[in-house]
Amino acid sequence: MSEHVIRHTFEAPNAFTQAELGWEAWLEPLPLDELTERHYAGLVDKGRANSPYFRLLVRDPDILGARTRTDNDIFYNEKGGLPRAQRELSAAAASRTNGCIFCASVHSRFASHHSKRHDDVQRLLDDGTSAPQEDPQWRAVIDASVALTRTPREFGAANVRELREAGLDDLAIIDAIHGAAFFNWANRLMLSLGEPTPPKES
Amino acid sequence: MTTDVIDQLVGIAPGDALDTLRNQRPNARANAQASFDALLNSDELEHASQLERLAIAYWTIALSQSPVTPFYRDLLAAEDEAVAAALETALPDAVTTGPYGDYPEGPLTTENAPGLHWEPDASLTTSVGPRLAAALAHTHLLVYRPRDSSPDALQALLDAGWSTTGIVTLSQLVAFLSFQLRVVAGLTVLKGEL
Repeated sequence: MSEHVIRHTFEAPNAFTQAELGWEAWLEPLPLDELTERHYAGLVDKGRANSPYFRLLVRDPDILGARTRTDNDIFYNEKGGLPRAQRELSAAAASRTNGCIFCASVHSRFASHHSKRHDDVQRLLDDGTSAPQEDPQWRAVIDASVALTRTPREFGAANVRELREAGLDDLAIIDAIHGAAFFNWANRLMLSLGEPTPPKES
Repeated sequence: MTTDVIDQLVGIAPGDALDTLRNQRPNARANAQASFDALLNSDELEHASQLERLAIAYWTIALSQSPVTPFYRDLLAAEDEAVAAALETALPDAVTTGPYGDYPEGPLTTENAPGLHWEPDASLTTSVGPRLAAALAHTHLLVYRPRDSSPDALQALLDAGWSTTGIVTLSQLVAFLSFQLRVVAGLTVLKGEL
């Protein structure tokens, strides 16, 4: 007999938001008491054992560990390259394009935090990736992320030139590519293995 | 020297400008390769066989219309030429443009975008078996319309014989390759502009 998915009864959020959402899995996360040393190595950060997302993914620990280390270097390695805010913007734009309400909530919130430009970020969520952005670096990073997210990819020399003309160097351009590409990984996991839960009442 | 598949697919040699640039994100570089190895050079194949992994990899890359499709076709053909040929035959009817799909009931439904909901036909299902056929349908969903994902889509995989762990691996494979092919695409364009 086959296993069964978990069906939730809560009303999942149905709009893009910068609020803090939760996430619940449609498949059984690995129970806490079954976590071995190898699973903890895959979680990278022990605290992630509390997350149903990471405890589901840890069922295949090696790819989870490699995924997380890739993620951390792309978004948190601050030796040169793209400013943190724009890395988060690239993640938010990919998530807005694919339609991942959960990923967009996290990374739009981080983009707002690092840039202090909540309204510009909110416009991306409300009106989409083609909504006006006056900052040429923001425009170029969003355009690059959308072009790279579409299938087949529309990212081309014009995107590299737009990023460069906005004042970004080659390492920053690689960060923009990595940020968008990584969220084409993350969005597909978040969207397909579970769903967001409503923000906690404050 | 150890293999770096992204270097190989973009055409980056040691000492190239892109080699130096990639080394400034050393953990992203090393772990992109570690991810490839964890998924496609694993010796733990109980929940997803090597043929299943290679077929899903080829299908992801081919549906994405990536120029690196021949690399993944060769990997699959070396494992099972008949499956590679069957997938190649099925490809033209499965290829479309994305992302598309529906949003949950509410304000975003004005952005719902219709598109192909592809299922393997009887001939492909006979060639690859119902278990791999179910995985190919799920791969199509993840590539083009991830926002259409649902518990029902996962139940279809469970019913076709996939375990929960196998579904995690299959999902990571499609998702990781969606990353890898975009890094390759981005770096290839940048290489032409250096």
